[in-house]
Amino acid sequence: MSAVAQTAEREGVGRRLYWAAADCWTIVRRDLTHLVKQPSLIAWQLGFPIVSVLLFVYVFGSAMDVGEGVDYKDYAMPGMFAMTMAFGFMNTAMAVVVDKERGVTDRFRSMPMAPSAVVTGRGVSDVLHAALDLAVLAVIALVVGWRSDGGPLATLWAFALLLLLRFALIWVGVLLGLLARNQESAGNLFAVAFPFGMVSSVFTPPSEMPDWLGAIAMWNPVSATANAVRELYGNPLPSGGSWIEEHSALMAVVWPLALTAVFLPLAVGRFQRLGR
Amino acid sequence: MTAPPRPRPRSTEQHPVVAEGLRKTYGDKHALDGLDLTVPRGTVFGLLGPNGAGKTTAVRALSTLIRLDGGRATVGGHDVGRDPRAVRRRIGLTGQHAAVDQILTARQNLEMFGRLFHLGADRARRRAAELLDQFGLAEAADKQPQGFSGGMRRRLDLASSMILAPEVLFLDEPTTGLDPRGRSEVWDAVRGLTEQGTTVVLTTHYLDEADKLSDRIAVIDRGRNVTEDTPAGLKRAIGGDRIEVVAAEPREVPAVRAAVARVAAQGAEPETDAAELRVHAPVADGVAALTAVARRLQDEGVAVADIGLRRPTLDEVFLALTGNRAEQRESTEHLEVTV
Repeated sequence: MSAVAQTAEREGVGRRLYWAAADCWTIVRRDLTHLVKQPSLIAWQLGFPIVSVLLFVYVFGSAMDVGEGVDYKDYAMPGMFAMTMAFGFMNTAMAVVVDKERGVTDRFRSMPMAPSAVVTGRGVSDVLHAALDLAVLAVIALVVGWRSDGGPLATLWAFALLLLLRFALIWVGVLLGLLARNQESAGNLFAVAFPFGMVSSVFTPPSEMPDWLGAIAMWNPVSATANAVRELYGNPLPSGGSWIEEHSALMAVVWPLALTAVFLPLAVGRFQRLGR
Repeated sequence: MTAPPRPRPRSTEQHPVVAEGLRKTYGDKHALDGLDLTVPRGTVFGLLGPNGAGKTTAVRALSTLIRLDGGRATVGGHDVGRDPRAVRRRIGLTGQHAAVDQILTARQNLEMFGRLFHLGADRARRRAAELLDQFGLAEAADKQPQGFSGGMRRRLDLASSMILAPEVLFLDEPTTGLDPRGRSEVWDAVRGLTEQGTTVVLTTHYLDEADKLSDRIAVIDRGRNVTEDTPAGLKRAIGGDRIEVVAAEPREVPAVRAAVARVAAQGAEPETDAAELRVHAPVADGVAALTAVARRLQDEGVAVADIGLRRPTLDEVFLALTGNRAEQRESTEHLEVTV
């Protein structure tokens, strides 16, 4: 279609931007309504980290040695935060595949709304959802005795870095949701997500792993975020002294930006390819 | 019988859907291979064809969900490729799934879609209430669709497509997976919409659905037009009435066959189903043939178990036209005649 320029749209740019934002907000409201109607969504999502906290801190904790005089829960809690953010992309993928399978995505696409809102709405509501998850998780961490000694600014920056990781993975989730055939195959993503979350510094320092595995774990974006927030919270940060471990504060920004730069265009491209 | 569609006046005033030479290829499969459609305003236009005939692809192209590889189409007077937004303001789409949010209530669904159609919060709320009434969902308004019957969910789906009272409503297999009660609920809702002037394009592989709802039916296969007519015209086209006689005993079959052969339409041979003792043949004038056969068999003292005139079903039309058996057989219309 070479005649796109002839499109007889009477709406100006300002008006279109207004509707892109308004439609995005309508989609966000829909997703927030889901949370209100199904608090179990949050419970499910937090179930895994909470069970992990109990298992690792109280069951395995005494056997976990991450350094001289280090309380394991101070090491594990920031890891748990990062892992929850990392696994969040599965929720994104699932929400996308459900809408696609039920025909809701096609209904949106057949309507005169801003097409971008389908994707931006997903992004905004997932970040809000993740912020809520983090708040609940932080309260649980405080209850079991975790503390941040980094001061309010550093603590806030740490939470921002966690949300940045979640934000970057939204686009991975959207892409996978659009690629997945159905809900079952999207459910299988856990098999991919689990090692991605675990082969990292979340539960154990990579320097304690076999060399080859430790190298993968160190370069895992989840590790960069986990180590950066440990530093910001003033929690213990055992390091093998490698470059990647010494620069986690930088990599916790670089990794998410790189992931976004790669996967956001892929996700948007895939969304547009629905019209093929 | 498979005459190409006649050229017709193509003003978009009278024809809210005009498609010419639609082409869409996936790999080496031609989903649409030069399809033409002209849908008169205010009618229900049925697209009938076997699975894979291109019905869904046609609807998805006309409702701007997929881009065409060739041909052109205007819906509501706007080109689907060049001005999809203008088309989207004028159409409603109900696809193969009940495309509603399962967790929002029925009312919240309609209000959300109303906002996305840019009605504004107040008008979206009023429109939702109107549609809930119109589609008989007022009592279930504040419940979640996941608890609805299939028919209710479909009606909510239809209501969601009717937010702007669209010029053209596309229904892609709207009753697939519904029980008979759900289907009749949806049919009633669709009939109600055409009374309000909406033009409906309906795809189905249920022949009775096409028969009951459509003003005109286009039979398509392999992405091309096979034929187009009214439901009655389609049935007439494959030979009109057939006479059917069931002999009382096997030894009577030859006599029955001879009687039927005398009234069979020119050039037609009676067909015999030996196991069921059934003899049938197409006839030109059904009533005259029936009377003649009945009199002759009575005169000869041949005992018959049953004698009747049968109209071809759309199923047979479909089979004759496409060589494919439709998924669901329609019960045969049997005109009993007492001798």
